[in-house]
Amino acid sequence: MLIRNLCNIALASTVLALSGCSGGVLDPKGQIGIDEKNLIIIATVLMLLVVIPVIVMTLYFAWKYRDTQTHEIYAPKWAHSNKIEAFVWAVPIVIVIILGVITWESTHSLDPYKPIEGKGKHLTVEVVSLNWKWLFIYPEQGIATVNELVFPANVPVEYKITSESTMNSFFIPQLGSQIYSMAGMETKLHLIANEPGTFKGFSANYSGAGFSGMKFNAIATPTQGDFDKWVSDVKAKGNKLTKANYYELAKASENNPVTYYGDVDKGLFHTIIMKYMPGMKDMKGMKKMTDMPHDMAEHSATPSISQGEE
Amino acid sequence: MSFLGKLSLDAIPYHEPILVFTMAAIAIGGLVLFTLITKYKKWGVLWRDWITSVDHKRLGIMYIFVALVMLFRGFSDAIMMRTQLALATSGAPGILPPEHYDQIFTAHGVIMIIFMAMPFMIGLMNIILPLQIGARDVAFPFLNNLSFWLTASGAILINISLVFGEFAKTGWVAYPPLSELTFSPGVGVDYYIWALQISGLGTLLTAVNFLVTVFKMRAPGMTLMKMPIFTWTCTWANILIAASFPILTAVLTMLTLDRYLGFHFFTNDGGGNAMMYINLFWAWGHPEVYILVLPAFGIFSEIISTFTSKRLFGYTSMIYASGAISILGFIVWLHHFFTMGSSANVNAFFGVMTMVIAVPTGVKLFNWLFTIYRGRLQMTVPVMWTLGFMVTFTVGGMTGVLLAIPGADYVLHNSLFLIAHFHNTIIGGAVFGYLAGFSFWFPKAMGFKLNVRWGKAAFWFWIVGFFVAFMPLYVLGFLGMTRRLNHTNNPDWNIWLYIAAGGAVLIMFGIICQVVQLYVSFRDREALDDETGDPWNGHTLEWATSSPPQAYNFAEIPEVHDIDAWTDMKEKGQVYQSKASYEPIHMPKNTAAGVLMGLTLTIFCFAMIWHVWWLAIVGLVGAIAVFIKRCYSNDVDYYVQPEEVLATENAFNLSGSAKNNSKGIKA
Repeated sequence: MLIRNLCNIALASTVLALSGCSGGVLDPKGQIGIDEKNLIIIATVLMLLVVIPVIVMTLYFAWKYRDTQTHEIYAPKWAHSNKIEAFVWAVPIVIVIILGVITWESTHSLDPYKPIEGKGKHLTVEVVSLNWKWLFIYPEQGIATVNELVFPANVPVEYKITSESTMNSFFIPQLGSQIYSMAGMETKLHLIANEPGTFKGFSANYSGAGFSGMKFNAIATPTQGDFDKWVSDVKAKGNKLTKANYYELAKASENNPVTYYGDVDKGLFHTIIMKYMPGMKDMKGMKKMTDMPHDMAEHSATPSISQGEE
Repeated sequence: MSFLGKLSLDAIPYHEPILVFTMAAIAIGGLVLFTLITKYKKWGVLWRDWITSVDHKRLGIMYIFVALVMLFRGFSDAIMMRTQLALATSGAPGILPPEHYDQIFTAHGVIMIIFMAMPFMIGLMNIILPLQIGARDVAFPFLNNLSFWLTASGAILINISLVFGEFAKTGWVAYPPLSELTFSPGVGVDYYIWALQISGLGTLLTAVNFLVTVFKMRAPGMTLMKMPIFTWTCTWANILIAASFPILTAVLTMLTLDRYLGFHFFTNDGGGNAMMYINLFWAWGHPEVYILVLPAFGIFSEIISTFTSKRLFGYTSMIYASGAISILGFIVWLHHFFTMGSSANVNAFFGVMTMVIAVPTGVKLFNWLFTIYRGRLQMTVPVMWTLGFMVTFTVGGMTGVLLAIPGADYVLHNSLFLIAHFHNTIIGGAVFGYLAGFSFWFPKAMGFKLNVRWGKAAFWFWIVGFFVAFMPLYVLGFLGMTRRLNHTNNPDWNIWLYIAAGGAVLIMFGIICQVVQLYVSFRDREALDDETGDPWNGHTLEWATSSPPQAYNFAEIPEVHDIDAWTDMKEKGQVYQSKASYEPIHMPKNTAAGVLMGLTLTIFCFAMIWHVWWLAIVGLVGAIAVFIKRCYSNDVDYYVQPEEVLATENAFNLSGSAKNNSKGIKA
């Protein structure tokens, strides 16, 4: 109860301090982000219970025992007290135990690999970081976009993430967690938007000269219908993303405009991940990839980063 | 391959105005220095007393000199970055294109950690540690000189990259695949690799040297649990160095093999795995931050107990706390990449282990507090740094624990919140500690005290500047600003970026104050003279020597009966007493082998960077030849004769006891 009250006070003061500033991790618009914000606030308040007294004590002791205060007790040889020693070990231990429990619980509940429960079926988006832009493939809809991500609000989205080249981090601060994108590997992330809106997304891991321009808008449409309409609009534009012209897209470029692909080769995401597998090295570029027997791409062990204990 | 490898005139960036200006400034500065040294005929002194010296005190001073020079370089990078980010808002391009800016933030990180903080820490350790344990030098004096020159070689290589070619554009962590040949074909990453590799070797040798010194050369009676606290924290740091730097050496070697011989340790193709680099890098990188901060903790402990005129509270607790930090520091590295896709169990384990470090650290803070309790705290400059640290570091520790919670790190990772956090601990912890130690031990090393007024001004500029520069970064992190951006386009961020730039200017004034302080103190050195060798009424043996100490440190190795050995001797009235005669003192001779090996290895590294294979062979063979020659040399030591010792000791003890009598201390 006390913690809840303190939370509210801290929340109010933080909001006050940051008023007029929106769009960051303290202004979440999705469940994951909201949980993470609360976690940050609870942990901060808990730690302030020790931090504030320490700072106050430092300044108070330094003032009280300054050398001109000759009437204060002076004990030059006093250097040990079991009571104080027990106290100074116990206080941090207790706080860390509480924080440790919170950490253990929250790390499991906020595991980016864990599907979001109770919100229905996930929409799947395959994310590829390229130098220096984002490719989003919608395998179920058969479309793809560059530097724009669209999904319905209140529908959980499963992101499968990889990289064409360097390492990046896929991050939409207002929705919550980020995860690295790495070549030849698949990482996963699950996010949801609780309300419609346009949120800023970008790479949160430096990847070279064009990194600052690796931005995209993440647009949560108000309804599923709006999303479906957007999909059919994209489809109507034509413009197919094949494995061949993916190779063109993958070339380094900066500040790319938003691009839509009304059609996309099946299994492109898989081909991108598999491109660096041993034995595939001689196949220069993506052209040869099309000759690859499809079942091989489908069934050979995907080097995804799997959950540790499995 | 041409005769000069990849090296050509195009390698010199004469079209970059900032760099041309820098080069001109360096050239003019170098010329002025050269003229002055020649005019005052100081080349001989420089060579005999400094460059070839194996005296740990002089090497320590040279380390700190390098650290201060590199502080200017690293800080220039910092102020350029803050200027760029303050100008490049709302879509404006600013003054530094990514090509240049990306080198600057990489160089800033590498320089500040490897070539500013490390030499500063090692310099203070060099000057003080042998004195604190009552030794006449370190276990391997030549090795100590070699370590210094290897560190200097690394620093020189980084500065050469200003003139020839470029520095890495990868960030100071140089993660592959970005740092692999495919994405970084230039020489920048090679400069990074060789500069770190050669200075890392120097650091590793230093750690071995000081571990042997501490374990084998303590004064009689000084058991491990009677060792001064600074020596203890340095020892823990040295254990960490000995355990972690080989990992850096190995991981850099693997990256070298990838880049030079087409190996596939970390490449995307050929079965390489960049995650392995990231793990290994942080298996070194995390212990590294404790290597930086533990000696600083020791410095604060010494300062607090000295200036409260009181024993350190909880000495044993402090040692175990440092040990716990050292060991825990090795099992938390994964918290640098919670976002790489590890399972919840793995992330949670490393998160909790990281928090556990807050326990021994908290204990230390409380112990400093209870040292002040019932003491007589003198508000000197070192004490101000210490109090500033206690306040600042507590905040930094708190944000660190916050980042250790994976759920929070998922949104704060790589953001400016992280940048604010580690500057909060490295500046507020390590650098404040070194600056405190600098003013505390300056009279010991140089023979005169530092001007107090300028010292206090420097402190206030630094601490206010620190908060103004870095608190906005916490806010920016919450607002979703990520690190290493070249320009921004978010009006909400602008105000905080402007404030941060203002903070950097305040810190600059702090640094200027310190330069002025050095000048003023040198000018008034007669008035600030430290004749007793014990200006602060210290507790430990370094204060038993003259300031600066005799080359042999102790005419007779003192016998130790207490943790505060010097206080104990003062209380028993056993100080400033010359004996009738002394034994001859066995001392190591100066040698040019260290500087020659440093020079030849710099040539080797430079040639490797530019693929000038013949020159690389010349450099390496040269270094090995110098080393072998040194190994077979018998002319490595000499004896200080008893008459000389007697004369020196009489002069010192006379002034020491005279001063102390006038201060009313029983001697």
